Amino acid sequence: MSDRISALGQLRAKKATGFMLSIKTVIARAYPRVIGAQREKSWMFFDVFLPMLAVSAYVFVYRAINAPKEYIGFVVVGGAMTAFWLNVLWSMSSQLYWEKEQGNLSLYIMAPNSMMAILLGMALGGMLMTALRAAAILALGSLLFNVEYEVASFWQLFAVFLLTMVALYGMGMMSASLFLLLSREAWHLANLAQEPIYLVSGFYFPISSFSFWIAAGASLIPLTLGLDAMRQLVFPSGPALGFLTVNTEILLLVVLSVVFVLGARFLLVHLEKLAIREGRLTESRR
Amino acid sequence: MDTSGITPHKRVMERAAGRGFWRSFRTATWLGWQIESNWTDPFLFAIYSFIKPISTAAILVVMYGIITQGNFESPIFTYMYLGNAFYIYVGAVMAGVSWAVIDDREHYKTLKYMYVAPINIPMYLCGRGVAKFIVGTISVLITIVFGMLFLHLRIELAEVKWPLFFLALIIGVFMLAMMGLILAGVTLLIAHHVWFLGEGVAGALYLFSGAIFPLEVLPPAIRWIGYVIPITYWLELLRRSLVGEVADAFPTLQNLSNEQILGILIGLTIIFTVLAIFVFRWAELRAKELGLIDMVTNY
Repeated sequence: MSDRISALGQLRAKKATGFMLSIKTVIARAYPRVIGAQREKSWMFFDVFLPMLAVSAYVFVYRAINAPKEYIGFVVVGGAMTAFWLNVLWSMSSQLYWEKEQGNLSLYIMAPNSMMAILLGMALGGMLMTALRAAAILALGSLLFNVEYEVASFWQLFAVFLLTMVALYGMGMMSASLFLLLSREAWHLANLAQEPIYLVSGFYFPISSFSFWIAAGASLIPLTLGLDAMRQLVFPSGPALGFLTVNTEILLLVVLSVVFVLGARFLLVHLEKLAIREGRLTESRR
Repeated sequence: MDTSGITPHKRVMERAAGRGFWRSFRTATWLGWQIESNWTDPFLFAIYSFIKPISTAAILVVMYGIITQGNFESPIFTYMYLGNAFYIYVGAVMAGVSWAVIDDREHYKTLKYMYVAPINIPMYLCGRGVAKFIVGTISVLITIVFGMLFLHLRIELAEVKWPLFFLALIIGVFMLAMMGLILAGVTLLIAHHVWFLGEGVAGALYLFSGAIFPLEVLPPAIRWIGYVIPITYWLELLRRSLVGEVADAFPTLQNLSNEQILGILIGLTIIFTVLAIFVFRWAELRAKELGLIDMVTNY
């Protein structure tokens, strides 16, 4: 009997530590994003419906001014990618602010896992969940507006997409640390970063329409380069309207990925300490 | 001796109700302004207020500029630019009024206190929309002035039909507030997706009202929706009052005179006002019956 109790105790006491704890944390934080979101089917409708309204409006604008057909495709691809930007903005950057509002943030900090693993889980879950929505927007938009694609290289396309996601969600993790310090202004700042980014990143038109230096500045946002490279790879006229060559953009995306992920790690450690010192982790200024 | 049948007590109560009406609106306006603006310093607030609408307008300008090689003289540009500029009011007023329900119920958790206070709730909600209307007006002005200064937006101030412009603007803002009240009623009853409601309706109306392209561009099967939305007529009147010749360039409402469009706008506004009163009253009663006024969904 006592052996059995002791065995049970040992079983219960077996805890994940180190790398395994991080992996478990990543999975645990990604789980509600991937599985939980699928339980509420109506979310999917709104997540697809709202961007589709904007996509349709911009498609009709291009039709009203007799734009070449490929511009319709540019809008559809850009519209699909807005799902990722919205996810990074509202469910990555401002997530820690929401957690603070709901009282979860202090629990995150107290738990024995690393905050980086939590952010990574959020990013991974958000990426998978949003990929489904983006695919739905892309499929629906392509069907509704008869968009034709001609993929130049599947491997390059896959690499561009993957690198864009890593860099983008790395940026989201980095800004999540910054939002840790914010209070009421977090909502407003996230709201502010929506349309201006649609503009400078060329979600609805080729970024090469801007002067070189504006486009270069906008390239700090990974979606700018990612979108430009993807358009070059899936539309026959894409390379003619591209900003840089696809290979250069891939290289720059690799650099951005490394910088943003390392930046996120550094900022998180630094700002978490700052937030604790200034007592901002539990404040709720409405 | 009073022969009207109205007792002095009743008269006092009516006066008090009238004052309550105005007081609710005035106090809500002040409160709305504080919520909207005091989260930051005035400079950042000013940037925040105009950077969003300017960016939306700039997306259209860049799209248009690329395709037409910068032919900003064309009537389609004026049509698109002005439609987009005045559409700022739709998001501001309509969504502003309905957003107050979400803000008070879910965020500040004060809606129940509003209901036990001696205020008129529809007037309170409309008052909360005023702050967004003010911010929206600044954004509209900045967008139009920007267009006139840098994008050859041809508005001859001497030729503007000012009485028609202000009349259309006032009717339109009132109509949007009524549409906002309908949304506020719906918001009282639902937990899921209240966050998307205002945005979704404003987005759908943006597409169907011909705000940034003539209705002829829409497929015939869905074009009719634009003709039953008051916003279509409101935007057309505003465009006509500012730049008369835009109306001649597109066949959408070409056959209708300004007076006819104004008549349709007033008619539709009356319909929406009656609808708003009934929908809001019904929704409010239902929300009370179901105990939803103090609901916090954390959704």
